[in-house]
Amino acid sequence: MNIESFLTAAVIAGMPLLFATLGGIMSEKVGHLNLGVEGMMVMGAVMGFITSVQTQNPYLALLSAMAAGGVGALIYAVLTISLRANQVVTGLALTIFGTGFTNFVGQSFVGQIVPESVKTFFAPIAIPVLSNIPIIGGAFFNQSLFVYLGYGIAVILMLYYVVTKVGLNARMIGENPGAADAAGIPVALYKYINIVLGGMLCGLSGAFLSLVYVPSWQQNITAGKGWIAVALVIFIGWNPVKAIFGAILFGALDILGLRLQAAGIQINQYFVDMLPYLMTIIFLVIGSIRTGGASKGPKALGEAYFREDR
Amino acid sequence: MQIRVTKASNPSNKKKVFCTLVAIGLAMIITSVIIAVMGHNPLNVYYSMLEGCLGTSHRIKQTIITAIPLVVTAVGIGIAFRMKFWNIGAEGQILMGGCFATFVALYFKNLPAIVLLPTMILLSAIGGSIWALIPAILKAKFNTNETIVTLMMNYIALKWVVFLQYGPWKDPNAMGFPKIANFTDNAILPKLFGVHIGWIIALILVVVIYYFINHTKIGYEIQVLGESENTAKYAGMNVRKIILIAMMMSGAICGLTGMIQASAVNNTLTMDLTAGVGYTAIIIAWLSNLKTPWMVVVSILFAILTQGASYIQTVYQIPQAAAEVIQGIILFCILGSQFFINYKVHVKEVA
Repeated sequence: MNIESFLTAAVIAGMPLLFATLGGIMSEKVGHLNLGVEGMMVMGAVMGFITSVQTQNPYLALLSAMAAGGVGALIYAVLTISLRANQVVTGLALTIFGTGFTNFVGQSFVGQIVPESVKTFFAPIAIPVLSNIPIIGGAFFNQSLFVYLGYGIAVILMLYYVVTKVGLNARMIGENPGAADAAGIPVALYKYINIVLGGMLCGLSGAFLSLVYVPSWQQNITAGKGWIAVALVIFIGWNPVKAIFGAILFGALDILGLRLQAAGIQINQYFVDMLPYLMTIIFLVIGSIRTGGASKGPKALGEAYFREDR
Repeated sequence: MQIRVTKASNPSNKKKVFCTLVAIGLAMIITSVIIAVMGHNPLNVYYSMLEGCLGTSHRIKQTIITAIPLVVTAVGIGIAFRMKFWNIGAEGQILMGGCFATFVALYFKNLPAIVLLPTMILLSAIGGSIWALIPAILKAKFNTNETIVTLMMNYIALKWVVFLQYGPWKDPNAMGFPKIANFTDNAILPKLFGVHIGWIIALILVVVIYYFINHTKIGYEIQVLGESENTAKYAGMNVRKIILIAMMMSGAICGLTGMIQASAVNNTLTMDLTAGVGYTAIIIAWLSNLKTPWMVVVSILFAILTQGASYIQTVYQIPQAAAEVIQGIILFCILGSQFFINYKVHVKEVA
């Protein structure tokens, strides 16, 4: 088995997870566990795909995928921030709605493929120098623009949380909304913006699936990747840069079965297919043993904030 | 203008019903707009939906058959949700229950129905509870996030059934088609009043679990644990034991759904056994406010929605997924309406 081609494929398989994980981080950093990741992903996937077929324009496709994820996140935000609904149930409702919506509008597009012009736009582009590094160069730096966008957003998010004032404010809200409120930070506004931006990233994640990874339309295109992303957020400890490696690791698990078979190794494909899910559980358990059950995540994660309750 | 929000003390039942009805009304208005945009008359479509699920006695039976797995699964999930254990794993528990029941149906097909069916029921409950116990143990021992674990278990169960379907249990008589052999007649639940006896099982479960939650010590402990883990600990309850018992029951009941569906509806085990029941039942349990008797009512409403949606697909070519969209919209509206039940909004004009 060629390691470079395996790594290249792992990076591609990991990208949808990366975008969705970053989206999940943005929501959780302001204290909102959004289980609607899967729903926002499929909505982004279908809207991105349909736009690419209708307009042949990759930019519009990306924008509409972001809009779809953003609208999904906005519904979630209105319900959980302003109307104080239960985050778990609202997230699930968003996933059910998103899946239904996607099956609904996607039905007539099943089997259609992404237009050539859009495919060309997302074709691999080698970055000079970096792509010449042995083994990893080709895998990481001879990829689609979309992949570079993923790296870029991960790094920007990291800077956002570590050095910018707005990012620090967002983190403070996730840790202690009461204190943030007292410090004059507009808690609800921050939550809205961060959650909706997170939703847009989930939408992009879906677009990566339908425009680059597959790249044609099939129902149930996410196949549970959104849920793996929710677990990845915990696994990588809410760290956007670590998310790159976590996502690629899970991408590698995802394609391992097919690759091993292609290499002529006799292995049960169905059991290998279970690996990403099994590993998610194992990593979660290891994580919870290591921290003694205490989460490293934002302290106020999952708790609604009512100023009146103080 | 100034808006101030305060908690409403003890919202009355009247207010609850009113808010819920307004929410459903709002959901119907939104749905109507969507239907109208698609170029259909919403009233006609709604009428067709009702016709499609209640129009003939055959359709009524189909609607009941659709409601049965929803009731059973919602009752099962409800137990876990009572203690705020977010068991999203009903899909997997149904599959494993179905898988265990199928094992009996395939390998002991010579047993008489009177022995075979109860064994299948028992085994399905065991299968479902094993699948539910794994996340429960992880939660009780390591405080691992149960939502994610139960979800991942769904996919593992699904891959397992796919493996059986394409591998060891593939029917050699299906001419290469990857399916598991149909059950023999003695492995199929009999009918009563034209509907398989799953409905009796469902009703019995509703009564038993209602009694269990409200009138037994463990049921009470589950409720206390759901309200506050600390209270349960201070009261000297064995939190781990409660989690394990409740999840075992929750999984067993969901597993039973797998047996009912495999035996009476599909007549075999397939990867499509659940048809999303595990997720829909979560909503039903929530909308019923985890009150067991209400789960029957809400399940029937959802069955009507599902059957109606499949009927309008044939009449108006509106995709079946419309049902999920409508479910989602209803759910959003009801989730939003809870706010107006639990809080008071004061609007003050500022001079």
